[in-house]
Amino acid sequence: MGAVRGAARRPQKAVPPMHATLDTVPATPAVRFQGVARHFGAIRAVDGVDLSIAPGEFFAMLGPSGSGKTTCLRLIAGFEQPDAGHIEIFGETVEGLPPYRRAVNTVFQDYALFPHLSVGDNVAYGLRVRGVARAERARLAREALALVKLAGMETRRPAQLSGGQRQRVALARALVVRPKVLLLDEPLGALDLKLREEMQSELKGLQRALGLTFVFVTHDQGEALSMADRVAVFNEGRIVQVGPPEEVYERPATRFVAGFVGSANVLEPAQAAALGGAARVSSLRPEKIVLLAPGAPAPEGTGVVEASVTDVSYQGPVRRVAVRDARGLALVVAVPAGAGTVALGQAVRLAVPAGALQPMEGEP
Amino acid sequence: MTRASLPLKAAALGGLAFLHVPLIFILLYCFTTEERSYAFPPPGYTLKWFAVVWDRADIWAAIGLSLKVAVAATALALVLGTLAAGALARAKFFGREPISLLLVLPIALPGIVTGIALRQAFGLMEIPFSFWTIVIGHATFCIVVVYNNAVARLRRLSPSLIEASMDLGADAFQTFRLVVLPNIGTALLAGGMLAFALSFDEVIVTTFTAGQQSTLPIWMLSELIRPRQRPVTNVVAVMIILVTFLPILAAYYLTREGEAVAGSGK
Repeated sequence: MGAVRGAARRPQKAVPPMHATLDTVPATPAVRFQGVARHFGAIRAVDGVDLSIAPGEFFAMLGPSGSGKTTCLRLIAGFEQPDAGHIEIFGETVEGLPPYRRAVNTVFQDYALFPHLSVGDNVAYGLRVRGVARAERARLAREALALVKLAGMETRRPAQLSGGQRQRVALARALVVRPKVLLLDEPLGALDLKLREEMQSELKGLQRALGLTFVFVTHDQGEALSMADRVAVFNEGRIVQVGPPEEVYERPATRFVAGFVGSANVLEPAQAAALGGAARVSSLRPEKIVLLAPGAPAPEGTGVVEASVTDVSYQGPVRRVAVRDARGLALVVAVPAGAGTVALGQAVRLAVPAGALQPMEGEP
Repeated sequence: MTRASLPLKAAALGGLAFLHVPLIFILLYCFTTEERSYAFPPPGYTLKWFAVVWDRADIWAAIGLSLKVAVAATALALVLGTLAAGALARAKFFGREPISLLLVLPIALPGIVTGIALRQAFGLMEIPFSFWTIVIGHATFCIVVVYNNAVARLRRLSPSLIEASMDLGADAFQTFRLVVLPNIGTALLAGGMLAFALSFDEVIVTTFTAGQQSTLPIWMLSELIRPRQRPVTNVVAVMIILVTFLPILAAYYLTREGEAVAGSGK
């Protein structure tokens, strides 16, 4: 990418060649947290977080609001200082360093574009405060805007742009100073669904092309699963599970993860054992359960549940059907469209393949 | 759209007339030939009072002092009012509310109280009356208008703008100069103009802090007691109206425009 090159002169935010990170220093994590805590009065916003983000990784921090994910992002950016623990960015200790001395840049949730500056001047801002000459920074800003498909918009005001365009300007403004790590704080939250899906693939493409480390905060599990190389699930100031999206989705480590990421069924040890699984607290994805035709025999190696339907909600490609059996086992089943009618109160037979039950590692 | 009823229109017109007809009389008696009393209608018309004003050194000294005091008090208020607003707009700390109340108090307090308090304070500290004692007296209420304007604008300024600036590599000073100042500039201009106008025609606090010096309003008060050359005060009054009215008008338009800009910026 020639678009954002040769920018910074001032040493305060050293800018490495954009591609060096992946090949030359794989051993040093891009971001490392060791026992990091941040308290606001009695509230433990971040409560002993350890994490290690690899260079070039697309890392998602997923969790409900108030789970500490945004505070972690602000700790990396330098807007917050940890009360305990240790933070490194590419091996450099950053505790006490103000935001303007860190080689990371942020795309803010509300974009935070400067209303008094044109789009071009917004993008060039980081270069301006580094003392880059006017002509040079105009050229770099133009290139950065072209990178986010906003070529020719330099003279507009932020107020004249749509939400999606502002988002792109914010992205260009952060990328033009060539950060080592790009932080994104719920950047897609304010966009409508179609635009959000478009930006998701575009962000992913941009991250791949630049080879940059992206740290992405979101409360939308779909967003985290579809974009990230690894997902850290936050709850109450701690990371409860971290791993590739498939792993977090398929094998949730705790009841919280099972419920928050794709809302899995949670079975108590006895219930799991009755269906042929281990006698552990286990998760069971709704789409793994098969609705059997009336009178059809259960396939080999499956547990069978005889239950009645308590609720049906139509969701386009699937219907989510809530059932309950005589012993009180409540399950949610995802029934694909066209798999027969299911009516409230109807008696159904369900097959649970033995491999579908996943014991939770984080639960007793 | 409903149209206002006739009595309401009449009342509105009456109110406006009550406020503004006296100003017309001020203007009218600038030109009268009668110098001892304000007889109506004026017995004759002349322009000689403008020449008289032009030649009187005491008037120019008073105008000069008033302008210098207003400029100094406004400058002091701009610096201190902006700093106070910056400290109190967003940060939460113990004692924030009392401090902001104490800051705004001088404008609610009767001028006579401020005046007496300052006079006694200057006396206790053995500070002789000077240009600067007047400036300090005026700054007490000038700070308030600057602070009020600045704090309102700062609270509308998204805090993430300041974070974005620092995130992009700007230190605190660069952030203030390149992001904060341009966004509160019109508010400061409006506050500064109001402060200037307030200072320029202030009488009460000035009476207690000026000693033997005469600012323009003080000069006018003392002039009214004299029996001769009454229209001279009218000429000076018209000058004051112009000097204070124009900045207030400008401030009004500037803040209106500023709100439109701030509203469309997000």
